[in-house]
Amino acid sequence: MQPGEPLFTRQHEADRFRDQTDPVLMLENINVSFDGFKALTDLSLNIGVGELRCVIGPNGAGKTTLMDVITGKTKPQSGRAFYDQSTDLMRLEPADIAKCGIGRKFQKPTVFEALTVFENLEIAQKADKSVWASLRAKLNSEQRDRIDEMLATLRLGAERNRKAGLLSHGQKQFLEIGMLLVQEPHLLLLDEPAAGMTDAETEYTAELFRGLAGKHSLMVVEHDMGFVETIADHVTVLHQGQVLAEGSLREVQANEQVIEVYLGR
Amino acid sequence: MSQPLTLTLARKAPRLSMALGSLIVVLMLTLPFLTLLPASHPLNLSTYTLTLVGKILCYAIVAVALDLVWGYAGLLSLGHGIFFALGGYAMGMYLMRQAAGAGLPAFMSFLSWDELPWFWWGTEHFAWALALIVLVPGLLALVFGFFAFRSKIKGVYFSIMTQALTYAGMLLFFRNETGFGGNNGFTGFTTILGMPITATGTRIGLFIATVLLLMASLGMGFALARSKFGRVLTAVRDAENRLVFCGYDPKGFKLLVWTLSAVLCGLAGALYVPQVGIINPGEMSPTNSIEAAIWVALGGRGTLIGPILGAGLVNGAKSYFTMAVPEYWQLFLGLIFIVVTLFLPRGVIGLLRKGEK
Repeated sequence: MQPGEPLFTRQHEADRFRDQTDPVLMLENINVSFDGFKALTDLSLNIGVGELRCVIGPNGAGKTTLMDVITGKTKPQSGRAFYDQSTDLMRLEPADIAKCGIGRKFQKPTVFEALTVFENLEIAQKADKSVWASLRAKLNSEQRDRIDEMLATLRLGAERNRKAGLLSHGQKQFLEIGMLLVQEPHLLLLDEPAAGMTDAETEYTAELFRGLAGKHSLMVVEHDMGFVETIADHVTVLHQGQVLAEGSLREVQANEQVIEVYLGR
Repeated sequence: MSQPLTLTLARKAPRLSMALGSLIVVLMLTLPFLTLLPASHPLNLSTYTLTLVGKILCYAIVAVALDLVWGYAGLLSLGHGIFFALGGYAMGMYLMRQAAGAGLPAFMSFLSWDELPWFWWGTEHFAWALALIVLVPGLLALVFGFFAFRSKIKGVYFSIMTQALTYAGMLLFFRNETGFGGNNGFTGFTTILGMPITATGTRIGLFIATVLLLMASLGMGFALARSKFGRVLTAVRDAENRLVFCGYDPKGFKLLVWTLSAVLCGLAGALYVPQVGIINPGEMSPTNSIEAAIWVALGGRGTLIGPILGAGLVNGAKSYFTMAVPEYWQLFLGLIFIVVTLFLPRGVIGLLRKGEK
């Protein structure tokens, strides 16, 4: 399935009044262990279509491993993962998972440093990504406009011809988010998107994500509780590879277990 | 430093770089005809010099080919010598058959073989030899690359594997039983396409063919570098994981440029052999392939023009020093490498664009 095609899982008008919408991503009893160390234990998680989900948890709780499993980088020992009800993620290669509409941002901002900001977006942009297509690819004006639009959204318009390696840390974060968005994914996985950003940048990122929810489904891993508070409607707390609690931030913060393990009291 | 040198140069001084480029091409194309002038003429060029320049141009093609995989895709090959030598051997087979006429090549008679091994069939036809020149290095690179890239081997491990590949090839070709003349290799060529190989006319033809091949590889290199394909290669070098999660499969990209590079090396080897007049397993020795990496590093990686300069500089210096102080040449080569690493991380080309970053 190409990202341009609509998802099978639709958002209904009535979803607004429900606690949970149909899941765009379903994880069932995922187990991952590295040399005996259990990174994820019987983890089950659903992400509803159009939802903005925050995943929090102390270091080593398995947040990044969770993203690795969804994007196909790590194959779990057991468990099932379905995207859009019918796509079995266990059988797909990482590149194919990306093609079917799951975008991922790394913890450490990763951009193509030797290329300009514009070229970074050009490569990421949704298109035929085979070898032959790349040999003959030429940007048409519509694609060019979309990149320009994205540059404006990211506030990187002035940097378009600069090498991405010369951007500041925060700008690289924005560029990587932009590279995700031009892929037009249905589900975005964001690993600490606000790390290393200034307060103003963080605020802008929060605004950006709130605008995306609804159109896209987002899963955000974040440490900054202030940031989580501004964006999340739904929070999942991970601890030692398991889901400890799920609910609104307020509910989660009131949970005794969470207070114990996460806040260390 | 992906492709900007020529891009910026062409953008800033389009006329100048175009004029300079065409001037050099015209010079290189007229150079061989200077050998036709009488010996007393001040502009006369000896066939020795012509052959030397032709040889260096063959090396320059290897440098461009290596730059495509190293400078763009970030795959440092320390075994490009094997592709070069295989192309050379394929051409050598044809030349040996030409020299032997209807009989067996001389070295086979020495081994008292009475018929040609199967892989020599058809090598008396130039067209088949040409096909072998392209196919043998190409297929070897394709198979090697397929398994290496599928297993996600990269960085220094990839370099070591290529080095082992060329070393294994050398050992194989050193054996007399392999059927390629053992450590003597092929020599004693007489004619190519019916023309005497040492005749000035043939030398001029070979030289021009080499210049044209170099231009073609350069043109192809630039076309690739400017396409989205070239940018994806740079992306492979910088952040392969990011590229995978953008929905690209890097295997195909690497495999194409790797195979293309090997084929170019094979063609360069095929033009090298008739000009130099000998091919032996020494061409596959690991030092040769490492030297090729030095040309690219000295000239400037990822610039395509730079490696040509690098190949010219190192081999020019080599010709001079091996005549002047033969015993110190290796030391000198090592010194170049140290100096480049310490002071010229962007190579000679980097000097020209010092102000930029």
